[in-house]
Amino acid sequence: MSEVKFSKEHEWITLEGEVATIGITKHATEMLGDIVFAELPEKGTNVEKDGTAGVVESTKAASDVYTPISGEVVDINQIIVDDPAKINEDPEGAAWFFKLKIKDASELDSLMNKEEYEKFAKETSS
Amino acid sequence: MNKKTPLYKLHIQHGAKMVEFAGYQMPIQYKNGIIQEHKFTRENAGIFDVSHMGQLFINGSGHLTDDLEKIFPVNFKNLKTNQSKYSFLMNEQGGIYDDLIITKLKNSYLIILNAACKKQDLEIIKKKLNGKYVLNLDESLSLIAIQGPKAKDVLGKVVSDITNLKFMNGGEFEYDNSNIYITRSGYTGEDGFEISLDNKKAEKFVDQLINHGAKLIGLGARDTLRLEAGLCLYGNDLDEKTSPIEANLKWAIPKSRVGSDYPGSDIIKKQIDNGVKTLRVGIKPETRVIARGNTKIFDQNDKEIGKVTSGTFGPSVECSIAMGYVENNYSPTNTKIFLEVRGKKVPANVCDLPFYKKNYVKGEKNV
Repeated sequence: MSEVKFSKEHEWITLEGEVATIGITKHATEMLGDIVFAELPEKGTNVEKDGTAGVVESTKAASDVYTPISGEVVDINQIIVDDPAKINEDPEGAAWFFKLKIKDASELDSLMNKEEYEKFAKETSS
Repeated sequence: MNKKTPLYKLHIQHGAKMVEFAGYQMPIQYKNGIIQEHKFTRENAGIFDVSHMGQLFINGSGHLTDDLEKIFPVNFKNLKTNQSKYSFLMNEQGGIYDDLIITKLKNSYLIILNAACKKQDLEIIKKKLNGKYVLNLDESLSLIAIQGPKAKDVLGKVVSDITNLKFMNGGEFEYDNSNIYITRSGYTGEDGFEISLDNKKAEKFVDQLINHGAKLIGLGARDTLRLEAGLCLYGNDLDEKTSPIEANLKWAIPKSRVGSDYPGSDIIKKQIDNGVKTLRVGIKPETRVIARGNTKIFDQNDKEIGKVTSGTFGPSVECSIAMGYVENNYSPTNTKIFLEVRGKKVPANVCDLPFYKKNYVKGEKNV
């Protein structure tokens, strides 16, 4: 599996072959608070890099989930739809959001590595 | 620059995430998060800093009671000393400037006002009373609420003799060699108390409540608790264009005051006699989708029939809940409606309020 990459919209992404797994970061869940609702894209739909590909809602507000890469949705994590609290428990593991069959791996180049993201998250949340 | 309440330091010490609310820096949540804070209040005892709310004292004898009857739809003549009533400050159209709690004290009245409305309320009330009385929006006092099934036990360890207080009644009590005023009331659907005391004693008082097992709860959980309890939030569910009758709060207008003279009384009477066009109802979406304020409501034929005014996820009822206004013929329980959320129509049903069954205590003994 590839190195984890991060977007400015607080998504993480890993790549295995041509299938990417995408979720939201722990930092994002800490900012959102308790997540009580998750909506994911439908299997088979095509999503574009930086376009919306889902929604999460906390007790406080709704937030769009963006995809950091273009591709076709090949799998979604039904567990987080049925029990959104799982997203707060393990956002960067079991609570992944969706998997994409990607079109262009070079789209990953503009994303941040872990160290860069941590610096970015710290700067933008203060 | 936003104001800080006397508990600001304590909030920070307890890991509060602070937000601006009605010109104050207030805790939206602490470390454990809204859902845990909400559940803790339902099972245990939650402490709320509501010091941003207005505590307006109106002193005066003679005609004060008569003059207040011309402002508020309360039956002041039947109001006993230390008894509290939920009421409204209204405009001539019956719209609500603020919803409030009036308590009769020995020689005065205490009115608890919403933080965002308190300055305007003071000006309106002052003008209506023509400078005849002394009005004091007392900023030297803090207001602390303790709510939940264990509130009486925790508070009872810090202040003696509070268990005999009945719901919507108050009294003077002794704390730390001074008099404090406590009412049995709240905004969560749980048994609880609101304590008015000197700013200088607030931190010590709350520290003691914490040491006896209560926990600080933020505005986030305060909102989910009140919504589960079917209680209105001014600015969301009530405003200057909405009357208490439309807000389904007719119970708060005593029969003896229907048609008697106060701002909006003609319209209130007309609405009671002839009905209203729109009515506040409880709404339960059929899915987990949350319908926030301003979500449009439709009927089965795609006709727009109203809008949501508050919506969230109810941590105790474990489902999406909302309140809103619909055209009157859609107000009966179980009417099927549709909520437009992110372009999709989500099926929902009109339901009875509260979502969460209340647990008020009428007082342990007959006193």
